[in-house]
Amino acid sequence: MEKNKLAIFGLIILGLFVLLAIFAPLIAPYSPDEIVASQTLAPSSAHLFGTDDLGRDLFSRALFGARVSLSVGLVAVFISITVGTLLGSLSGYYGGFFDLVIMRFVDVMLAFPAIFLILAIQAMLTPNIYNVMVVIGLTSWMGVARLVRGEFLRIRELQYVEAARAIGCSDFRIIFRHILPNAQAPIIVAGTLGMAGAILTESALSFLGLGVQPPMASWGNMLMDSQAYMFDAPWLAVIPGLLILVTVLSLYFVGEGLREKLDVRS
Amino acid sequence: MLEVKGLSVEFVSGRQAVKAVNDVSFKLMKGTTLGIAGESGSGKSTIALAIMRLIAPPGKIVSGEIVFDGRDLLKLSESELTGIRGARIAMIFQDPFTSLNPVFTAGEQVAEAIRLHQNLNRQEAWASAVKMLEAVHIREAVARAHDYPHQFSGGMRQRVMIAMALACRPEILIADEPTTALDATIQMEIIQLLKEVQKEFNLSVIFITHNFGIVKAFCRDVLVINQGRVVEAGPVDRVLASPQSPYTQKLLNALKVINNE
Repeated sequence: MEKNKLAIFGLIILGLFVLLAIFAPLIAPYSPDEIVASQTLAPSSAHLFGTDDLGRDLFSRALFGARVSLSVGLVAVFISITVGTLLGSLSGYYGGFFDLVIMRFVDVMLAFPAIFLILAIQAMLTPNIYNVMVVIGLTSWMGVARLVRGEFLRIRELQYVEAARAIGCSDFRIIFRHILPNAQAPIIVAGTLGMAGAILTESALSFLGLGVQPPMASWGNMLMDSQAYMFDAPWLAVIPGLLILVTVLSLYFVGEGLREKLDVRS
Repeated sequence: MLEVKGLSVEFVSGRQAVKAVNDVSFKLMKGTTLGIAGESGSGKSTIALAIMRLIAPPGKIVSGEIVFDGRDLLKLSESELTGIRGARIAMIFQDPFTSLNPVFTAGEQVAEAIRLHQNLNRQEAWASAVKMLEAVHIREAVARAHDYPHQFSGGMRQRVMIAMALACRPEILIADEPTTALDATIQMEIIQLLKEVQKEFNLSVIFITHNFGIVKAFCRDVLVINQGRVVEAGPVDRVLASPQSPYTQKLLNALKVINNE
Protein backbone atom coordinates (compact mmCIF):
# COMPACT_ATOMS: atom_id res chain seq x y z
CA MET A 1 0.00 0.00 0.00
CA GLU A 2 2.79 2.36 1.04
CA LYS A 3 4.59 1.62 -2.23
CA ASN A 4 1.42 2.18 -4.17
CA LYS A 5 1.04 5.68 -2.76
CA LEU A 6 4.63 6.45 -3.66
CA ALA A 7 4.07 5.10 -7.16
CA ILE A 8 1.03 7.31 -7.67
CA PHE A 9 2.98 10.27 -6.33
CA GLY A 10 5.76 9.44 -8.80
CA LEU A 11 3.28 9.13 -11.64
CA ILE A 12 1.77 12.55 -10.87
CA ILE A 13 5.20 14.22 -10.74
CA LEU A 14 6.25 12.57 -14.00
CA GLY A 15 2.97 13.51 -15.67
CA LEU A 16 3.48 17.11 -14.56
CA PHE A 17 7.06 17.17 -15.88
CA VAL A 18 6.00 15.66 -19.19
CA LEU A 19 3.29 18.31 -19.62
CA LEU A 20 5.72 21.10 -18.69
CA ALA A 21 8.24 19.71 -21.18
CA ILE A 22 5.70 19.42 -23.99
CA PHE A 23 4.33 22.92 -23.48
CA ALA A 24 7.71 24.47 -22.64
CA PRO A 25 7.55 27.05 -25.48
CA LEU A 26 4.15 28.26 -24.23
CA ILE A 27 5.01 28.29 -20.52
CA ALA A 28 8.56 29.63 -20.62
CA PRO A 29 8.53 33.36 -19.91
CA TYR A 30 11.76 33.94 -21.87
CA SER A 31 13.76 32.29 -24.59
CA PRO A 32 16.04 29.71 -22.93
CA ASP A 33 19.13 30.75 -24.86
CA GLU A 34 18.84 34.54 -24.75
CA ILE A 35 20.44 36.87 -22.27
CA VAL A 36 17.50 38.63 -20.66
CA ALA A 37 18.79 40.14 -17.40
CA SER A 38 21.87 40.62 -15.26
CA GLN A 39 23.97 37.64 -14.30
CA THR A 40 23.25 35.34 -11.35
CA LEU A 41 20.13 37.09 -10.11
CA ALA A 42 18.52 35.34 -7.14
CA PRO A 43 15.07 33.80 -7.67
CA SER A 44 12.35 36.47 -7.75
CA SER A 45 8.88 36.98 -9.22
CA ALA A 46 10.40 38.14 -12.53
CA HIS A 47 12.79 35.19 -12.70
CA LEU A 48 11.27 32.26 -10.82
CA PHE A 49 14.54 30.31 -10.56
CA GLY A 50 16.81 33.35 -10.94
CA THR A 51 19.27 33.84 -13.79
CA ASP A 52 22.46 31.98 -14.65
CA ASP A 53 26.06 33.07 -15.10
CA LEU A 54 25.29 34.65 -18.49
CA GLY A 55 22.02 36.27 -17.46
CA ARG A 56 19.66 33.69 -19.02
CA ASP A 57 16.37 32.86 -17.29
CA LEU A 58 16.91 29.65 -15.33
CA PHE A 59 13.22 28.69 -15.22
CA SER A 60 12.98 28.77 -19.02
CA ARG A 61 16.20 26.79 -19.31
CA ALA A 62 14.94 24.20 -16.81
CA LEU A 63 11.75 23.77 -18.84
CA PHE A 64 13.64 23.17 -22.06
CA GLY A 65 16.13 21.00 -20.18
CA ALA A 66 13.23 18.76 -19.15
CA ARG A 67 12.56 18.12 -22.84
CA VAL A 68 16.13 16.94 -23.30
CA SER A 69 16.24 14.73 -20.21
CA LEU A 70 12.86 13.09 -20.78
CA SER A 71 13.30 12.53 -24.50
CA VAL A 72 16.82 11.15 -24.05
CA GLY A 73 15.48 8.81 -21.36
CA LEU A 74 12.57 7.69 -23.51
CA VAL A 75 14.51 7.08 -26.73
CA ALA A 76 17.47 5.45 -24.98
CA VAL A 77 15.15 3.07 -23.14
CA PHE A 78 13.28 2.31 -26.35
CA ILE A 79 16.55 1.34 -27.99
CA SER A 80 17.80 -0.72 -25.06
CA ILE A 81 14.47 -2.52 -24.63
CA THR A 82 14.25 -3.30 -28.34
CA VAL A 83 17.80 -4.63 -28.61
CA GLY A 84 17.65 -6.44 -25.26
CA THR A 85 14.28 -8.04 -25.95
CA LEU A 86 15.25 -9.16 -29.42
CA LEU A 87 18.56 -10.73 -28.42
CA GLY A 88 17.22 -12.07 -25.13
CA SER A 89 14.21 -13.76 -26.70
CA LEU A 90 16.16 -15.37 -29.55
CA SER A 91 18.82 -16.45 -27.06
CA GLY A 92 16.33 -17.93 -24.61
CA TYR A 93 14.14 -19.55 -27.24
CA TYR A 94 16.76 -21.18 -29.43
CA GLY A 95 19.40 -21.82 -26.75
CA GLY A 96 22.48 -23.76 -27.80
CA PHE A 97 25.37 -22.14 -29.59
CA PHE A 98 23.50 -18.94 -30.45
CA ASP A 99 22.63 -18.47 -26.79
CA LEU A 100 26.24 -19.07 -25.79
CA VAL A 101 27.55 -16.42 -28.20
CA ILE A 102 24.97 -13.80 -27.23
CA MET A 103 25.41 -14.33 -23.51
CA ARG A 104 29.21 -14.14 -23.70
CA PHE A 105 28.80 -10.93 -25.69
CA VAL A 106 26.57 -9.66 -22.88
CA ASP A 107 29.27 -10.59 -20.34
CA VAL A 108 31.88 -8.69 -22.36
CA MET A 109 29.64 -5.60 -22.60
CA LEU A 110 28.96 -5.75 -18.87
CA ALA A 111 32.67 -6.10 -18.10
CA PHE A 112 33.34 -2.59 -19.46
CA PRO A 113 32.67 0.09 -16.88
CA ALA A 114 29.68 1.59 -18.71
CA ILE A 115 30.52 5.23 -18.15
CA PHE A 116 34.04 4.86 -19.64
CA LEU A 117 32.67 3.02 -22.63
CA ILE A 118 30.13 5.78 -23.19
CA LEU A 119 32.77 8.49 -22.69
CA ALA A 120 35.10 6.79 -25.17
CA ILE A 121 32.38 6.49 -27.81
CA GLN A 122 31.13 10.02 -27.22
CA ALA A 123 34.69 11.39 -27.49
CA MET A 124 34.93 9.87 -30.97
CA LEU A 125 31.52 11.06 -32.17
CA THR A 126 30.32 14.63 -32.35
CA PRO A 127 28.53 15.10 -29.05
CA ASN A 128 24.88 15.95 -29.72
CA ILE A 129 21.54 14.91 -28.31
CA TYR A 130 20.89 12.16 -30.89
CA ASN A 131 24.23 10.49 -30.35
CA VAL A 132 23.63 10.60 -26.61
CA MET A 133 20.33 8.76 -27.04
CA VAL A 134 21.80 6.06 -29.26
CA VAL A 135 24.97 5.56 -27.24
CA ILE A 136 23.10 5.26 -23.93
CA GLY A 137 20.61 2.87 -25.51
CA LEU A 138 23.28 0.67 -27.03
CA THR A 139 25.21 0.38 -23.77
CA SER A 140 22.30 -0.46 -21.49
CA TRP A 141 20.48 -3.37 -23.16
CA MET A 142 22.41 -6.18 -21.46
CA GLY A 143 20.30 -6.35 -18.30
CA VAL A 144 17.14 -6.47 -20.39
CA ALA A 145 18.60 -9.24 -22.58
CA ARG A 146 19.39 -11.37 -19.53
CA LEU A 147 16.00 -10.74 -18.02
CA VAL A 148 14.11 -11.60 -21.21
CA ARG A 149 16.25 -14.67 -21.80
CA GLY A 150 15.39 -15.91 -18.31
CA GLU A 151 11.68 -15.39 -18.92
CA PHE A 152 11.90 -17.22 -22.25
CA LEU A 153 13.74 -20.14 -20.67
CA ARG A 154 10.90 -20.46 -18.20
CA ILE A 155 7.98 -19.88 -20.55
CA ARG A 156 9.17 -21.98 -23.48
CA GLU A 157 8.82 -25.11 -21.31
CA LEU A 158 5.18 -24.38 -20.53
CA GLN A 159 2.49 -26.48 -22.10
CA TYR A 160 0.75 -23.68 -23.95
CA VAL A 161 3.90 -23.16 -26.00
CA GLU A 162 3.84 -26.83 -26.95
CA ALA A 163 0.13 -26.47 -27.67
CA ALA A 164 0.87 -23.50 -29.93
CA ARG A 165 3.39 -25.61 -31.80
CA ALA A 166 0.85 -28.41 -32.04
CA ILE A 167 -1.68 -26.16 -33.79
CA GLY A 168 1.00 -25.31 -36.34
CA CYS A 169 2.49 -21.99 -35.19
CA SER A 170 5.89 -21.04 -36.62
CA ASP A 171 8.83 -20.22 -34.31
CA PHE A 172 8.44 -16.53 -35.13
CA ARG A 173 4.80 -16.59 -34.11
CA ILE A 174 5.50 -18.51 -30.92
CA ILE A 175 8.26 -16.08 -29.91
CA PHE A 176 6.43 -12.85 -30.59
CA ARG A 177 2.80 -13.76 -30.11
CA HIS A 178 2.78 -16.49 -27.50
CA ILE A 179 5.84 -15.99 -25.30
CA LEU A 180 6.62 -12.27 -25.45
CA PRO A 181 3.22 -11.05 -24.17
CA ASN A 182 3.69 -13.33 -21.17
CA ALA A 183 7.07 -11.77 -20.47
CA GLN A 184 5.93 -8.15 -20.75
CA ALA A 185 5.55 -7.36 -17.04
CA PRO A 186 9.25 -7.60 -16.12
CA ILE A 187 10.15 -5.79 -19.35
CA ILE A 188 7.90 -2.85 -18.43
CA VAL A 189 9.46 -2.67 -14.97
CA ALA A 190 12.97 -2.86 -16.43
CA GLY A 191 12.05 -0.09 -18.89
CA THR A 192 10.87 2.24 -16.13
CA LEU A 193 13.97 1.69 -14.03
CA GLY A 194 16.14 1.86 -17.14
CA MET A 195 14.73 5.29 -17.98
CA ALA A 196 15.89 6.58 -14.59
CA GLY A 197 19.36 5.24 -15.34
CA ALA A 198 19.37 6.80 -18.81
CA ILE A 199 18.42 10.23 -17.44
CA LEU A 200 21.24 10.01 -14.88
CA THR A 201 23.73 8.97 -17.56
CA GLU A 202 22.65 11.83 -19.83
CA SER A 203 23.13 14.28 -16.96
CA ALA A 204 26.55 12.87 -16.19
CA LEU A 205 27.58 13.08 -19.85
CA SER A 206 26.34 16.63 -20.24
CA PHE A 207 28.01 17.55 -16.97
CA LEU A 208 31.30 16.26 -18.37
CA GLY A 209 30.72 18.22 -21.57
CA LEU A 210 30.28 15.15 -23.79
CA GLY A 211 26.50 15.21 -23.87
CA VAL A 212 24.12 17.88 -24.99
CA GLN A 213 26.12 20.86 -26.20
CA PRO A 214 25.57 24.48 -25.16
CA PRO A 215 23.72 26.67 -25.78
CA MET A 216 21.05 23.93 -25.77
CA ALA A 217 19.95 23.50 -22.18
CA SER A 218 20.00 20.17 -20.37
CA TRP A 219 19.82 19.61 -16.63
CA GLY A 220 23.30 18.10 -16.77
CA ASN A 221 25.02 21.00 -18.51
CA MET A 222 23.14 23.48 -16.32
CA LEU A 223 24.83 21.74 -13.39
CA MET A 224 28.19 22.03 -15.08
CA ASP A 225 27.72 25.75 -15.71
CA SER A 226 26.89 26.25 -12.04
CA GLN A 227 30.16 24.83 -10.71
CA ALA A 228 32.06 28.12 -10.50
CA TYR A 229 29.18 29.86 -8.73
CA MET A 230 28.43 27.17 -6.15
CA PHE A 231 28.78 29.57 -3.20
CA ASP A 232 27.69 32.86 -4.81
CA ALA A 233 24.59 31.50 -6.53
CA PRO A 234 23.77 28.09 -5.04
CA TRP A 235 20.36 27.93 -6.76
CA LEU A 236 22.13 27.42 -10.08
CA ALA A 237 23.28 24.02 -8.82
CA VAL A 238 20.43 23.16 -6.49
CA ILE A 239 17.59 23.60 -9.00
CA PRO A 240 18.79 21.33 -11.84
CA GLY A 241 20.14 18.90 -9.24
CA LEU A 242 16.76 18.72 -7.54
CA LEU A 243 14.98 18.29 -10.88
CA ILE A 244 17.18 15.31 -11.75
CA LEU A 245 16.72 13.86 -8.28
CA VAL A 246 12.95 14.20 -8.29
CA THR A 247 12.57 12.78 -11.82
CA VAL A 248 14.78 9.77 -11.17
CA LEU A 249 13.19 9.14 -7.79
CA SER A 250 9.69 9.31 -9.31
CA LEU A 251 10.70 6.77 -11.95
CA TYR A 252 12.03 4.45 -9.26
CA PHE A 253 8.80 4.79 -7.29
CA VAL A 254 6.73 4.00 -10.38
CA GLY A 255 9.03 1.09 -11.27
CA GLU A 256 8.85 -0.40 -7.79
CA GLY A 257 5.08 0.11 -7.70
CA LEU A 258 4.70 -1.66 -11.04
CA ARG A 259 6.96 -4.45 -9.88
CA GLU A 260 4.72 -5.00 -6.89
CA LYS A 261 1.50 -4.63 -8.88
CA LEU A 262 2.61 -6.98 -11.65
CA ASP A 263 4.15 -9.39 -9.13
CA VAL A 264 7.54 -9.56 -10.78
CA ARG A 265 10.70 -10.87 -9.26
CA SER A 266 13.70 -8.62 -9.84
CA MET B 1 -4.49 -43.98 -42.00
CA LEU B 2 -1.37 -43.59 -39.88
CA GLU B 3 1.34 -46.17 -39.60
CA VAL B 4 4.31 -46.04 -37.26
CA LYS B 5 7.15 -48.40 -38.11
CA GLY B 6 10.11 -49.14 -35.86
CA LEU B 7 10.07 -45.78 -34.10
CA SER B 8 12.94 -45.15 -31.68
CA VAL B 9 13.57 -41.97 -29.71
CA GLU B 10 16.69 -41.26 -27.69
CA PHE B 11 17.39 -38.72 -25.00
CA VAL B 12 21.02 -37.80 -24.63
CA SER B 13 22.36 -36.66 -21.28
CA GLY B 14 26.07 -36.20 -21.08
CA ARG B 15 27.67 -39.14 -22.83
CA GLN B 16 24.76 -41.47 -22.14
CA ALA B 17 21.88 -42.00 -24.50
CA VAL B 18 18.65 -43.36 -23.08
CA LYS B 19 16.10 -44.96 -25.40
CA ALA B 20 12.74 -43.56 -24.32
CA VAL B 21 10.97 -45.27 -27.20
CA ASN B 22 12.40 -48.48 -28.60
CA ASP B 23 11.30 -49.98 -31.92
CA VAL B 24 7.59 -49.19 -31.58
CA SER B 25 5.26 -50.04 -34.46
CA PHE B 26 1.49 -49.71 -34.78
CA LYS B 27 -1.30 -48.82 -37.17
CA LEU B 28 -4.15 -46.43 -36.60
CA MET B 29 -7.29 -47.20 -38.63
CA LYS B 30 -9.64 -44.52 -39.89
CA GLY B 31 -12.39 -43.56 -37.46
CA THR B 32 -11.11 -45.82 -34.68
CA THR B 33 -9.51 -45.18 -31.34
CA LEU B 34 -6.18 -46.59 -30.35
CA GLY B 35 -5.25 -46.52 -26.68
CA ILE B 36 -1.63 -46.31 -25.63
CA ALA B 37 -1.37 -47.45 -22.04
CA GLY B 38 1.55 -47.61 -19.65
CA GLU B 39 2.88 -46.22 -16.41
CA SER B 40 4.51 -42.82 -15.95
CA GLY B 41 7.82 -42.58 -17.76
CA SER B 42 7.09 -45.55 -20.03
CA GLY B 43 7.48 -43.40 -23.14
CA LYS B 44 3.85 -43.08 -24.16
CA SER B 45 3.83 -39.28 -24.33
CA THR B 46 7.10 -39.36 -26.23
CA ILE B 47 5.39 -41.41 -28.94
CA ALA B 48 2.70 -38.74 -29.23
CA LEU B 49 5.23 -35.93 -29.48
CA ALA B 50 7.23 -37.91 -32.03
CA ILE B 51 4.18 -38.21 -34.31
CA MET B 52 3.77 -34.42 -34.14
CA ARG B 53 7.53 -34.05 -34.63
CA LEU B 54 7.62 -32.02 -31.43
CA ILE B 55 10.51 -33.84 -29.75
CA ALA B 56 12.83 -31.12 -28.46
CA PRO B 57 16.55 -31.51 -27.80
CA PRO B 58 18.12 -33.35 -26.00
CA GLY B 59 15.58 -35.82 -27.40
CA LYS B 60 15.99 -37.13 -30.94
CA ILE B 61 14.13 -39.51 -33.23
CA VAL B 62 16.86 -41.96 -34.19
CA SER B 63 15.05 -44.36 -36.47
CA GLY B 64 11.69 -45.40 -37.86
CA GLU B 65 9.01 -44.14 -40.17
CA ILE B 66 5.73 -42.40 -39.47
CA VAL B 67 3.63 -42.77 -42.59
CA PHE B 68 0.62 -40.52 -42.91
CA ASP B 69 -1.27 -40.11 -46.17
CA GLY B 70 1.52 -41.91 -48.05
CA ARG B 71 4.25 -39.58 -46.76
CA ASP B 72 6.87 -40.16 -44.07
CA LEU B 73 6.38 -37.36 -41.54
CA LEU B 74 9.98 -37.74 -40.41
CA LYS B 75 11.19 -36.66 -43.84
CA LEU B 76 9.10 -33.48 -44.10
CA SER B 77 10.57 -30.01 -43.76
CA GLU B 78 9.57 -27.75 -40.88
CA SER B 79 7.34 -25.64 -43.15
CA GLU B 80 5.56 -28.70 -44.56
CA LEU B 81 4.99 -29.82 -40.97
CA THR B 82 3.26 -26.59 -39.93
CA GLY B 83 0.73 -27.38 -42.64
CA ILE B 84 0.00 -30.73 -40.99
CA ARG B 85 0.18 -29.82 -37.32
CA GLY B 86 -3.19 -28.55 -36.22
CA ALA B 87 -4.64 -28.83 -39.71
CA ARG B 88 -4.58 -32.60 -40.18
CA ILE B 89 -3.15 -33.98 -36.95
CA ALA B 90 -4.08 -32.18 -33.75
CA MET B 91 -3.17 -32.73 -30.15
CA ILE B 92 -4.59 -32.06 -26.71
CA PHE B 93 -2.57 -32.09 -23.54
CA GLN B 94 -2.67 -33.35 -20.01
CA ASP B 95 -2.86 -30.23 -17.93
CA PRO B 96 -5.71 -27.90 -18.91
CA PHE B 97 -4.38 -25.30 -16.45
CA THR B 98 -1.18 -24.70 -18.36
CA SER B 99 -2.09 -25.62 -21.92
CA LEU B 100 -3.94 -22.38 -22.68
CA ASN B 101 -2.06 -19.10 -23.03
CA PRO B 102 -3.08 -16.89 -20.07
CA VAL B 103 -2.97 -13.60 -21.99
CA PHE B 104 -5.46 -14.50 -24.75
CA THR B 105 -9.20 -15.11 -24.52
CA ALA B 106 -10.66 -18.53 -25.29
CA GLY B 107 -12.13 -17.20 -28.54
CA GLU B 108 -8.83 -15.68 -29.64
CA GLN B 109 -7.01 -18.96 -29.13
CA VAL B 110 -9.50 -21.01 -31.09
CA ALA B 111 -9.66 -18.32 -33.79
CA GLU B 112 -5.88 -18.32 -34.05
CA ALA B 113 -5.85 -22.05 -34.74
CA ILE B 114 -8.40 -21.43 -37.49
CA ARG B 115 -6.62 -18.47 -39.04
CA LEU B 116 -3.33 -20.37 -39.15
CA HIS B 117 -4.75 -22.88 -41.58
CA GLN B 118 -7.76 -21.33 -43.24
CA ASN B 119 -7.96 -18.21 -45.27
CA LEU B 120 -10.52 -16.35 -43.16
CA ASN B 121 -10.64 -12.78 -41.92
CA ARG B 122 -10.91 -11.90 -38.24
CA GLN B 123 -14.70 -11.80 -38.03
CA GLU B 124 -15.16 -15.05 -39.92
CA ALA B 125 -12.55 -16.81 -37.79
CA TRP B 126 -14.17 -15.47 -34.62
CA ALA B 127 -17.61 -16.65 -35.70
CA SER B 128 -16.20 -20.03 -36.56
CA ALA B 129 -14.40 -20.17 -33.17
CA VAL B 130 -17.65 -19.45 -31.34
CA LYS B 131 -19.30 -22.27 -33.29
CA MET B 132 -16.52 -24.62 -32.21
CA LEU B 133 -16.97 -23.60 -28.57
CA GLU B 134 -20.65 -24.40 -28.95
CA ALA B 135 -19.78 -27.76 -30.48
CA VAL B 136 -17.85 -28.70 -27.34
CA HIS B 137 -20.86 -27.67 -25.22
CA ILE B 138 -19.60 -24.51 -23.61
CA ARG B 139 -22.73 -22.73 -22.44
CA GLU B 140 -23.28 -19.15 -23.64
CA ALA B 141 -20.32 -19.56 -25.96
CA VAL B 142 -20.90 -16.14 -27.57
CA ALA B 143 -20.18 -14.42 -24.25
CA ARG B 144 -17.66 -16.88 -22.89
CA ALA B 145 -15.45 -16.59 -25.96
CA HIS B 146 -14.38 -13.24 -24.49
CA ASP B 147 -13.25 -14.83 -21.21
CA TYR B 148 -9.63 -15.53 -20.31
CA PRO B 149 -8.45 -19.03 -19.37
CA HIS B 150 -8.34 -18.26 -15.64
CA GLN B 151 -12.08 -17.61 -15.77
CA PHE B 152 -12.76 -21.22 -16.81
CA SER B 153 -12.77 -24.35 -14.66
CA GLY B 154 -10.46 -27.23 -15.46
CA GLY B 155 -13.07 -29.21 -17.38
CA MET B 156 -14.11 -26.12 -19.33
CA ARG B 157 -10.51 -25.36 -20.23
CA GLN B 158 -10.10 -28.85 -21.55
CA ARG B 159 -13.21 -28.23 -23.69
CA VAL B 160 -11.62 -25.04 -25.04
CA MET B 161 -8.49 -27.05 -25.77
CA ILE B 162 -10.55 -29.62 -27.67
CA ALA B 163 -12.29 -26.84 -29.60
CA MET B 164 -8.86 -25.46 -30.52
CA ALA B 165 -7.61 -28.87 -31.62
CA LEU B 166 -10.70 -29.61 -33.72
CA ALA B 167 -11.06 -26.11 -35.16
CA CYS B 168 -9.47 -27.05 -38.47
CA ARG B 169 -11.21 -30.40 -38.80
CA PRO B 170 -8.13 -32.62 -38.39
CA GLU B 171 -8.24 -36.27 -39.36
CA ILE B 172 -6.26 -37.48 -36.36
CA LEU B 173 -6.53 -36.33 -32.75
CA ILE B 174 -3.79 -37.26 -30.30
CA ALA B 175 -5.04 -36.97 -26.74
CA ASP B 176 -2.19 -37.08 -24.21
CA GLU B 177 -3.81 -38.01 -20.89
CA PRO B 178 -6.50 -35.38 -21.38
CA THR B 179 -8.42 -36.37 -18.27
CA THR B 180 -5.65 -37.20 -15.81
CA ALA B 181 -5.63 -33.75 -14.21
CA LEU B 182 -9.43 -33.64 -13.85
CA ASP B 183 -11.63 -35.13 -11.15
CA ALA B 184 -13.64 -38.27 -11.81
CA THR B 185 -17.03 -36.79 -12.82
CA ILE B 186 -15.43 -34.29 -15.17
CA GLN B 187 -13.29 -37.09 -16.63
CA MET B 188 -16.40 -38.92 -17.78
CA GLU B 189 -17.87 -35.76 -19.30
CA ILE B 190 -14.69 -35.16 -21.31
CA ILE B 191 -14.63 -38.81 -22.45
CA GLN B 192 -18.28 -38.48 -23.51
CA LEU B 193 -17.44 -35.31 -25.41
CA LEU B 194 -14.49 -36.96 -27.15
CA LYS B 195 -16.69 -39.89 -28.18
CA GLU B 196 -19.26 -37.47 -29.51
CA VAL B 197 -16.86 -35.31 -31.52
CA GLN B 198 -15.13 -38.41 -32.82
CA LYS B 199 -18.36 -39.44 -34.50
CA GLU B 200 -19.25 -35.95 -35.60
CA PHE B 201 -15.86 -35.23 -37.18
CA ASN B 202 -15.06 -38.83 -38.19
CA LEU B 203 -11.81 -38.66 -36.23
CA SER B 204 -9.14 -41.25 -35.68
CA VAL B 205 -7.97 -40.91 -32.10
CA ILE B 206 -4.80 -41.90 -30.31
CA PHE B 207 -5.63 -41.89 -26.62
CA ILE B 208 -2.74 -41.94 -24.19
CA THR B 209 -3.53 -42.92 -20.63
CA HIS B 210 -2.46 -44.98 -17.64
CA ASN B 211 -6.09 -45.74 -16.83
CA PHE B 212 -7.39 -49.07 -18.15
CA GLY B 213 -10.92 -48.08 -17.19
CA ILE B 214 -10.78 -45.33 -19.83
CA VAL B 215 -9.14 -47.66 -22.34
CA LYS B 216 -12.05 -50.06 -21.89
CA ALA B 217 -14.66 -47.33 -22.18
CA PHE B 218 -13.23 -45.56 -25.18
CA CYS B 219 -10.74 -47.54 -27.27
CA ARG B 220 -11.03 -50.27 -29.88
CA ASP B 221 -7.39 -51.29 -29.87
CA VAL B 222 -4.73 -50.92 -27.24
CA LEU B 223 -0.96 -50.78 -27.15
CA VAL B 224 0.66 -51.52 -23.79
CA ILE B 225 4.04 -49.83 -23.38
CA ASN B 226 6.68 -50.54 -20.79
CA GLN B 227 10.13 -48.93 -20.75
CA GLY B 228 9.74 -47.73 -24.30
CA ARG B 229 8.78 -51.10 -25.78
CA VAL B 230 5.45 -52.48 -26.90
CA VAL B 231 4.73 -55.38 -24.56
CA GLU B 232 1.27 -56.15 -25.84
CA ALA B 233 -1.00 -55.02 -28.64
CA GLY B 234 -4.42 -55.97 -29.90
CA PRO B 235 -8.16 -55.34 -29.61
CA VAL B 236 -9.10 -54.04 -26.15
CA ASP B 237 -11.58 -56.88 -25.45
CA ARG B 238 -9.01 -59.54 -26.14
CA VAL B 239 -6.19 -57.84 -24.18
CA LEU B 240 -8.37 -57.23 -21.14
CA ALA B 241 -9.89 -60.72 -21.16
CA SER B 242 -6.67 -62.64 -21.59
CA PRO B 243 -3.58 -60.52 -21.19
CA GLN B 244 -0.52 -62.31 -22.53
CA SER B 245 2.29 -60.25 -21.09
CA PRO B 246 3.08 -60.35 -17.36
CA TYR B 247 3.31 -56.56 -17.36
CA THR B 248 -0.24 -56.15 -18.65
CA GLN B 249 -1.42 -58.64 -16.04
CA LYS B 250 0.34 -56.64 -13.36
CA LEU B 251 -1.33 -53.40 -14.52
CA LEU B 252 -4.75 -55.05 -14.63
CA ASN B 253 -4.26 -56.59 -11.20
CA ALA B 254 -3.38 -53.20 -9.82
CA LEU B 255 -6.67 -51.91 -11.21
CA LYS B 256 -8.59 -54.81 -9.63
CA VAL B 257 -6.99 -54.19 -6.23
CA ILE B 258 -8.11 -50.59 -6.35
CA ASN B 259 -11.61 -51.50 -7.53
CA ASN B 260 -12.06 -54.10 -4.80
CA GLU B 261 -11.11 -51.76 -2.02
